[in-house]
Amino acid sequence: MYEFLTNLIGNEVLAWIIIAALPLFVVILPYALVAIWLERKVSAHMQDRLGPMITGWHGWLQSFADVLKLLQKEDLVPAEADKKLFNIAPALVFTASYAAFAVIPFSSGFIGSGAEIGIFFILAVSSFAVAGILMGGWASNNKYSLIGAMRAVAQIISYEIPTALVVLSMVMITGTLSLEKISAMQTGYFWNWFIFGGPEWGLTKFLLIPFMLVGFLILYMSTLAEVNRTPFDIPEAESELVGGYHTEYSGMKFAMFFLAEYANMFAVSAIVSIIFFGGYQSPVGYLGDLFGVSWLIPFEQLFWFVAKGLFFVFVQMWLRWTLPRLRVDQLMNLCWKYLIPYSIANLIIIGLISLI
Amino acid sequence: MALKTEEMILNMGPQHPSTHGVLRLELEIEGELIKNVKPHIGYLHRCFEKHAEAMTYPQVIPYTDRMDYLASMYNNFGYVVAVEKLLGIEVPERVQYIRVIMGELQRIASHQVAIGTYGLDLGAFTPFLYLFRDREKILTLFEETCGARLLYNYMWVGGLSHDIHPDFIRKTKEFVQYFRPNIQEVNNLLTFNKIFIERTANVGILPLDAAINFGMTGPNLRASGLAFDIRKEDPYSIYDRFDFDIPVGKGTVGTVGDCWDRYYVRVLEMEQSLRIIEQALDQIPEGDVQSAIPKRIKPPKGSVYTRVENPRGELGYFIISDGSTSPFRVKVRAPSFVSLSVMGELCKGHLVSDVVAILGSIDIVLGEVDR
Repeated sequence: MYEFLTNLIGNEVLAWIIIAALPLFVVILPYALVAIWLERKVSAHMQDRLGPMITGWHGWLQSFADVLKLLQKEDLVPAEADKKLFNIAPALVFTASYAAFAVIPFSSGFIGSGAEIGIFFILAVSSFAVAGILMGGWASNNKYSLIGAMRAVAQIISYEIPTALVVLSMVMITGTLSLEKISAMQTGYFWNWFIFGGPEWGLTKFLLIPFMLVGFLILYMSTLAEVNRTPFDIPEAESELVGGYHTEYSGMKFAMFFLAEYANMFAVSAIVSIIFFGGYQSPVGYLGDLFGVSWLIPFEQLFWFVAKGLFFVFVQMWLRWTLPRLRVDQLMNLCWKYLIPYSIANLIIIGLISLI
Repeated sequence: MALKTEEMILNMGPQHPSTHGVLRLELEIEGELIKNVKPHIGYLHRCFEKHAEAMTYPQVIPYTDRMDYLASMYNNFGYVVAVEKLLGIEVPERVQYIRVIMGELQRIASHQVAIGTYGLDLGAFTPFLYLFRDREKILTLFEETCGARLLYNYMWVGGLSHDIHPDFIRKTKEFVQYFRPNIQEVNNLLTFNKIFIERTANVGILPLDAAINFGMTGPNLRASGLAFDIRKEDPYSIYDRFDFDIPVGKGTVGTVGDCWDRYYVRVLEMEQSLRIIEQALDQIPEGDVQSAIPKRIKPPKGSVYTRVENPRGELGYFIISDGSTSPFRVKVRAPSFVSLSVMGELCKGHLVSDVVAILGSIDIVLGEVDR
C-alpha cells in the first residue's frame, strides 16, 4: 500500500500522511457511525422495539444527526477541572484506539503498516488508553469520575494479562508477531483457521482444537473486558457511577470517548478474528480465483474481514443487551482466579502439543 | 510510615440514575467499601397529610393517588376501605370484586416496575423493557376502565367512578393467559442468570428478627422468611374468598433474606395475583357500582385505622373524624418509608455497587416516602 502510494504520488511524506489518515476516514468513522446505528437497532429489536425510524430508511441517518448535534453542543469544562488534562484525555484515548488500526490487515492489499511486531504493537498501544482514562477521571474533579477511572484502570490492566498469555500461545504456534503473516498462514478453507487447529494437517491439529477453543473464549472475554462492555462495563456502570470517567464530558469530547469505544470494539474483534478465524481469509475460497480476476481478491478479503469483525461486534452487542453486569470484586476474581490460571495452563499445553 | 487515608463522602442523588426518584444517599466510603449510609429524604414532600385536613373525604382520594404513584389503585383502595369503615357502610359485591381485580392488576404492574428496574440497576436493560411492554397492557386495561393510566381516582367511597368496560373481563382473561408464560421468560433471562445471582445472592441479608424490629412489611418481610400477608392475616374487602399462597424467601441461591429472595418473592407474587384475578373474574356478579355511594359523606366522631396489603407492604390509614365533612387528621403508614430505614443496616460493609442492588431490592417509591 505504501509503495503503491509512493509510486503514485512520488512523495514519501505525503504518502505516509495519506496512509495514516486512511484508516480514520475509510474505516473508523464510517464504521463507528454504522456500528452506533446497528447497536441501537440490534438492542431495539432484541427488546421488542423499533429503534430510530424517522431519520432516513429505518433511521440509518440517526448517527449523522447525532454527530451534528454533538458538534453544535457547547464545550463545557467544569470550573474545578484540571483544564489541560481534561482536554488532552479524550484525544489520548481516541489516539490509542485509532493507532491500533495501523497494523490491522484489512485485506492482503490494505494494511497501514505490515510491522513485524503487529500484535505487540496493539497490546502496547491499547494500554495507552489507560493513561487517557485515568487522566480524564482525575481531571474532571468528580468523585464518580475518579472511581470510574480507577475501576477502569484496574480492569484494563488486569485483563491485559490473559489477553497477552493467549496471544503468546498463538505466537508460539505461528512463530511470528506479524498479524499479516498470521492471516496469510490461514489461507485456503475454513478448516485451516487456527480455531480448527491451524493449516498443518496431522495429529497436532486435532489435539489443538479443544485448547484453541479455550484460548478463543479467554481471549474474547478478556478483550470484552478491555473495551469495557457489558458484562464488564463496570467503569461506566450508569446505575452506579452515572457515567464513570466520562461523566463530566459533553459535546465532541464525549463523542471522542464514544468513538474510541466503538473503534475499540472493532479492533478487538479484528484481533480475535485474525488470530483464530483466519483474518481476511475467505472460508470458502474466492470468486476471483474462480473467474481468474486477481484484482477482485483483495476486495473479497476486505469483505470477509469486515464481515467477521462485525459479527464479533454483533456478539458483543448481543451480550450487552442480555446480561447484567458483574461487581468490581467479582470481575477481578474472574480475571485472577480463573482466566489467568486457565490461560497459563492453556499456554503450557499448547506449547507441549506444538513440540510433538 | 503508613499512608494517611481518609474516608470519602459520596453523595448518591438526589439526581442519580438508580436512586428511584429523588432520594439522596450520603455514603461514607473507604475505597469502595461502605462505612455508613445516611438517607436524606424530603425532596418530594407535598404535605399530603396536611392537605387532607382541608379537603372533604372524597377530595382526598386524588391525593392518595400521588403517594405511591406506581400503585395508585391500591392507595385508593386503602383509603376508601378506611372511610367506609368509619362510615359503617357496606359496598355491593360487584364493587368488591372489581376492586380486588384492579388491586391485583396494580400489584402486578407495580412488581413489574420493581423487577424491571432492579434488572436495570444491575445492568440488564432488556428485561426492563419486556416487563414494561407487559405493564403497558395493564395500563391499557385501566385506561379503558377509568380513562387514566397512572393516577386513577377510580375507587370512591362506597363505589367506583366507572363500571368496568363490557370487554374488560375478556381482555383481562387474555392478559392473564398472555402474561403467565412471560414470567417464565423473565426467570430465564434474569432471575436464574449466573451473573444476576452473583450480584444479589448473599448481598444485603436481612434476618427475620431485624426485619421485624425495623417494621418491614410486604415482600421485604416475607423474603426474610415470615409468611405474613394482610390479605390473609387481617382480610379486608373479600380477600378471604380467594385461594392463593404467600410466597416466602427460602434462600434458594443464598441466605434467607438476601436481595435475591426479596426480588424472587415479587416474581412469585405476580403469579399468585394472576390466580386471584382468574378466580375473581369467574365469580364477578352483576350489579350497580355506584348505588352505595353516599350523597354526603359526614362520618360520626371517632377514629379508624385500617391496613391493606399494598405491593410494597402494609399501607395503613389512620383517620380521625371530628364529625365534619373533612377529616380532622389523616396519617399514613407508608411501607416505603419504613423499608428505607433499613438501608443503613443493610449496606454496611458492602461495596458501592451493592448499595444499588440493596436499594433496588427494597423497592421504595419516593412519592410515598416523602408524601
